[in-house]
Amino acid sequence: MRPVPWVVRQVTKETPDTFTLVLDPPKGARGRFTPGQFSMLWVCGVGELPISISGDPTRPESLTYTVRSVGAATQSLVTRQAGQTVGVRGPFGKGWPIEAAKGRDIIVAAGGIGLAPLRPVIYHVLANRSHYGRLTVLYGARNPRDILFRKELAAWAKLPDTQVFSTVDYGGVSWRGHVGVVTTLFKMLRLRPVLTTAMVCGPEIMMRVVARELLARGLSGDQLFLSMERNMKCAIGLCGHCQWGPHFVCKDGPVFPFSQIAPLLDRYEL
Amino acid sequence: MADTIRVRIVADQIGQLIRSLAHRDYAIFGPAVKDGAIVYDRIEEIGDLPRGLTDHQEAGRYSLVPRQDQALFGYVLGPQSWKKYFHPARVKLFDARNDDGVFQILPNTASPARPVALLGVRACELAAIAMQDRVLQNGPYADRIYAARRAGAFLVAVQCTQSAPTCFCHSMGTGPAVAAGTADITLTEMDVASDHWFLAEAGTDRGAEVLSELSFAPATDTQCRAADEAVALARTGQRRHLDTAGLRDLLIENFEHPRWDEVARRCLVCANCTMVCPTCFCTDIEDASDVSGTHAERWRRWDSCFTTSFSYIHGGSVRTSPKARYRQWITHKLATWIDQFGTPGCVGCGRCITWCPAGIDITEEAQALRGTVNHGNTES
Repeated sequence: MRPVPWVVRQVTKETPDTFTLVLDPPKGARGRFTPGQFSMLWVCGVGELPISISGDPTRPESLTYTVRSVGAATQSLVTRQAGQTVGVRGPFGKGWPIEAAKGRDIIVAAGGIGLAPLRPVIYHVLANRSHYGRLTVLYGARNPRDILFRKELAAWAKLPDTQVFSTVDYGGVSWRGHVGVVTTLFKMLRLRPVLTTAMVCGPEIMMRVVARELLARGLSGDQLFLSMERNMKCAIGLCGHCQWGPHFVCKDGPVFPFSQIAPLLDRYEL
Repeated sequence: MADTIRVRIVADQIGQLIRSLAHRDYAIFGPAVKDGAIVYDRIEEIGDLPRGLTDHQEAGRYSLVPRQDQALFGYVLGPQSWKKYFHPARVKLFDARNDDGVFQILPNTASPARPVALLGVRACELAAIAMQDRVLQNGPYADRIYAARRAGAFLVAVQCTQSAPTCFCHSMGTGPAVAAGTADITLTEMDVASDHWFLAEAGTDRGAEVLSELSFAPATDTQCRAADEAVALARTGQRRHLDTAGLRDLLIENFEHPRWDEVARRCLVCANCTMVCPTCFCTDIEDASDVSGTHAERWRRWDSCFTTSFSYIHGGSVRTSPKARYRQWITHKLATWIDQFGTPGCVGCGRCITWCPAGIDITEEAQALRGTVNHGNTES
């Protein structure tokens, strides 16, 4: 339960309220993780938060987190200065099924900040390109200025066997891209359902409708994965806060196969 | 452990038992009277025990009243459980120093606590301790604070010879008889009105060693039988029952049921049930710092699924309605605990019934989901 001090290398503004922190390890430590895992990040005297790792799993010399500033603890995290420390515990939880998905087409579907825990999957697939089939990234943001990792999305779109579709809920006058919720992108998709593994992260309502669309297009519930969010405090299944039905989301998840959690998704206030 | 031998000790030998445990440097805790209830506290001599007192319990009611005799363990259960010693209500995790945004966790200067000896553990409470062992130290991640305090604990069980109207340990399979080998020493208090003696039995080698330091006589068959019968009376006297057949599916399949709205009208979401429950284990973490921000502390304290903050995520709490919070508590206790740890998380001690200010009864609520509520269940 003791946070380890990692040193802030840099904090980059991604959008008006979202920042990416790159942390350097203390002597002798490495930042190994599985895409989809999270850490507990602690600001001394302020608080601790579960934050998904958003960096490149092939580069364990640092750890990267993308944080939306919404309260006191996240605000203190994103206003850290280079050279200051952040307490790190983890990585925790079960990540995306990158091994089981080898040889298959990959769909990454993200809503808002949900792209952050999925970016390591994209890095992993691109670093091991021959092990995977087509890569399709579906991304929905509220409006154009909330689009995360904009340059990378554009760069990925130019790669072979890789498609990137972005959409926004509200376009504004200068937006020339797609407008509508993520599921409106599905009509552009050439899906090979039997060969495809989908990984979805976003608001719960977005994940539910994306799951419904993918299942309707013939994807198996065993090949559809969602990353759930609950109140994670200890991150090791001892504090009880993140319970969701029989699951401790922190250690049994946060990534679950749809087939395992389908009955729980419809239970309001579970 | 060789064959267990049951011996007879006179009541005064409990004083010698306390001295023998103290001599072994245990910190001894047992029942004591405080604020009109029997609580667990430091015990230094036999005079600290609640001699000649018993408790009257019903849903939402508890009172301590004199007995006609000099029984030392003549009550059933108080509001506290032994978990406060192994899983403290509030514990400091560490101190830290913060210099211009660079923190350093300070070494822990507190000396390790002495092993505890618990005197007067009921069968249901032994089951509760075993459940917390399973949750907090036998899983893939162990809680070091719990494990350190639990290590080496010496358990002296006292079997129940009476049940409170709120007790239902028999239906949960946890009592009132103490299962062999689950305590270091098991006592049964007998004939409190006449010659006042205890049947004593060691469950471990170290229990046998402590017992050998007392003055005892081998128990006769008649005495053993009398003690067994007294415990059997506590069992047959239990008026509350929780039907455990298909319990998990009952709760899971009735996620939508009119009874949740009904119980939510009575439930004050005060969290008393979770505080008195001997198996509830949830905790929260608090960060604090001084005004300058240079000294910081992290504390862990008991939390409850009855608070709205418990399920808070950005955007709002998951379980806002009292209905959802009560449902989470009872469903975890009786159903999802089985998925997680193989047994229900309830030992049938009845504390949540006694200490609920609205008198909500877990056995009645579970029964209501079956569609057959026996209101006679709750009347004295």
